[in-house]
Amino acid sequence: MTTTERTAGATGRRVEDGSGVPLLEVRDLHVEFRTREGVARAVNGVNYSVGAGETLAVLGESGSGKSVTAQAIMGILDTPPGRIPKGEILFRGRDLLKASPEERRKVRGRKIAMIFQDALSSLNPVLSVGYQLGEMFRVHQGLSRKDARARAIELMDRVRIPAAKERVGDYPHQFSGGMRQRIMIAMALALEPDLIIADEPTTALDVTVQAQVMDLLAELQREYDMGLILITHDLGVVAGVADRIAVMYAGRIVETAPVHELYKRPAHPYTQGLLDSVPRLGPAPHPGSGRRELRVIKGLPPDLTRIPSGCAFHPRCPRAREMCRVGEPLLYRVPGERRSACYFWKEVVGD
Amino acid sequence: MTDGREPVLQVRNLVKHFPLTQGILFKRQVGAVRAVDGISFDLYQGETLGIVGESGCGKSTVAKLLMMLERATAGEVFYKGQDITKLSGRALKAVRRNIQMVFQDPYTSLNPRMTVGDIIGETFEIHPEVAPKGDRRRKVQELLDVVGLNPEYINRYPHQFSGGQRQRIGIARGLALNPEIIICDEPVSALDVSVQAQVINLMEKLQDEFDLSYVFIAHDLSIVRHISDRVGVMYLGKMVEIGSDEEIYDHPTHPYTQALLSAVPVPDPEAREGRERIILSGDVPSPANPPSGCRFRTRCWKAQDKCATEVPLLAVPERFKDTDSPVAHESACHFAEESATTARPGAARASATRG
Repeated sequence: MTTTERTAGATGRRVEDGSGVPLLEVRDLHVEFRTREGVARAVNGVNYSVGAGETLAVLGESGSGKSVTAQAIMGILDTPPGRIPKGEILFRGRDLLKASPEERRKVRGRKIAMIFQDALSSLNPVLSVGYQLGEMFRVHQGLSRKDARARAIELMDRVRIPAAKERVGDYPHQFSGGMRQRIMIAMALALEPDLIIADEPTTALDVTVQAQVMDLLAELQREYDMGLILITHDLGVVAGVADRIAVMYAGRIVETAPVHELYKRPAHPYTQGLLDSVPRLGPAPHPGSGRRELRVIKGLPPDLTRIPSGCAFHPRCPRAREMCRVGEPLLYRVPGERRSACYFWKEVVGD
Repeated sequence: MTDGREPVLQVRNLVKHFPLTQGILFKRQVGAVRAVDGISFDLYQGETLGIVGESGCGKSTVAKLLMMLERATAGEVFYKGQDITKLSGRALKAVRRNIQMVFQDPYTSLNPRMTVGDIIGETFEIHPEVAPKGDRRRKVQELLDVVGLNPEYINRYPHQFSGGQRQRIGIARGLALNPEIIICDEPVSALDVSVQAQVINLMEKLQDEFDLSYVFIAHDLSIVRHISDRVGVMYLGKMVEIGSDEEIYDHPTHPYTQALLSAVPVPDPEAREGRERIILSGDVPSPANPPSGCRFRTRCWKAQDKCATEVPLLAVPERFKDTDSPVAHESACHFAEESATTARPGAARASATRG
């Protein structure tokens, strides 16, 4: 990636603390996996930053590299087959990739915590939830079993699990999907981290429960003034909570923008295609005209072992021209604190 | 749109209880999971009936009952006037030719050890009258072409295809016997957003081309609105509201439908800030022990004593009966009202946002 200017916060909220250093900054991160078919380049030069109290949504389809980036930040990437050939992950100005495993362990959980998608497979089925929540305190703070249990009850209260005292000894399967996700949130909150990475936190939940969980997450974030990286493929979930959005495609960020601008006037054809392809809940724009065919993005996301030359989106892009096949577009600056990796962003915005 | 048309499928009081047993050798029944508990609806020629609801509300069980993959505990399903729940053997096979299914997960619903040609062609082994033996390969290639796949892929295996392409194979298999009805159980929920739209467009195209009737089961309300002519909303084994897509989406009268619609994440930050959201408290109760009276009352902000004792029937509410407006559609609520908050604004909002 050749962009030297880094994307700064665009929401007017506190992105940097007094020292002028953002909470977390990812610089030119590359991740690749060795597979039998060749080297799969999952992340190809990602840059983003999050400040305290800010919510950054990372949006992308499966295989766009959004979860792999998160795993690299957390330091839970499987290596091998994964490898980070290049890049920096700066947490409060310190590069985590250069830190020793011992130092990283201190950051993980205590400073940066993660909420996983599937609560049922992320919790240990043979240990009670109280024990699993208390583990955070026993391991990181050296509390006794009894104290850890009391703290676990406190946490369960905080994420509004009814009758926390009675339920602390229950096992994960005894909770409903929404409650399990609350336990995951409680676990991430346990040590009051500065940054939470939520990887598809509500994808496995029903809409009514999804709304409960997202509201809880947003409220706790405000309360603790945490930074939040929300990884999702759902354009709807993002619209409600994010301050800023980064759209990923084939391991690159193709567009970043404050949330309102992105939905109003996307500056990258991929974002535009995504927004056009979701059916809307509201009445059809032209009543009586019958069903409107959904606009689609033709083709499929690329195979990561064979990413197309130039702009990775060009084989699917309605605007692709010769230059798109040859050179990889930079993340161009677009008015309104935005960026777009498209040569023709002016035309896209003008649509 | 349904005027004067004959329904192709009539469902009457369909019930499916799964027994809960205790004991190893001598099993005795200690209760039942009431997955589907008395559902009635009609499906007309060429229309799409959407069925929405949260997980565990019984919508997939309905799909299995319509396909006769599960035997109904009680109730009838009439296909062209014939009750198919009583059929077996040859008669059932003949009916099944006309009712086909597209499954949710294109990764597990295709046999990984069979080629695409075998997967689609297998239907002709069971119903040889549709395509004579020598003709099958050509027929399969035709089907692949219809669903937008390259006919030369006939010898490939499922793992060589992407999720969207696999779902196309599943649709081709559903189409193979020229059925009249296709039951789609969450056909696009396992697919990426940009691929979902492709599959939805394909299904609409095929419907127009072959005059198919769809029962479209999904939890994504936006997609259901897009594809459906009529929509039924299920909660805990019951149909709580049914009507045309406009009636359900723009004039819902059942509080559950209202809450469900307000919880849908809308991909537009501005529209979101303006609208009122109802956040339901708690979870769906267990279908093994559903609440008495109205099943939604434990999460409903309008619930009164009457709701605990009297089961509300799915019917056009008395007070809307004479009006011609879209409010007059079937809704199973004692206090059916168009807007969630007009009745008791303060109370409704307070109890509803307790979250």
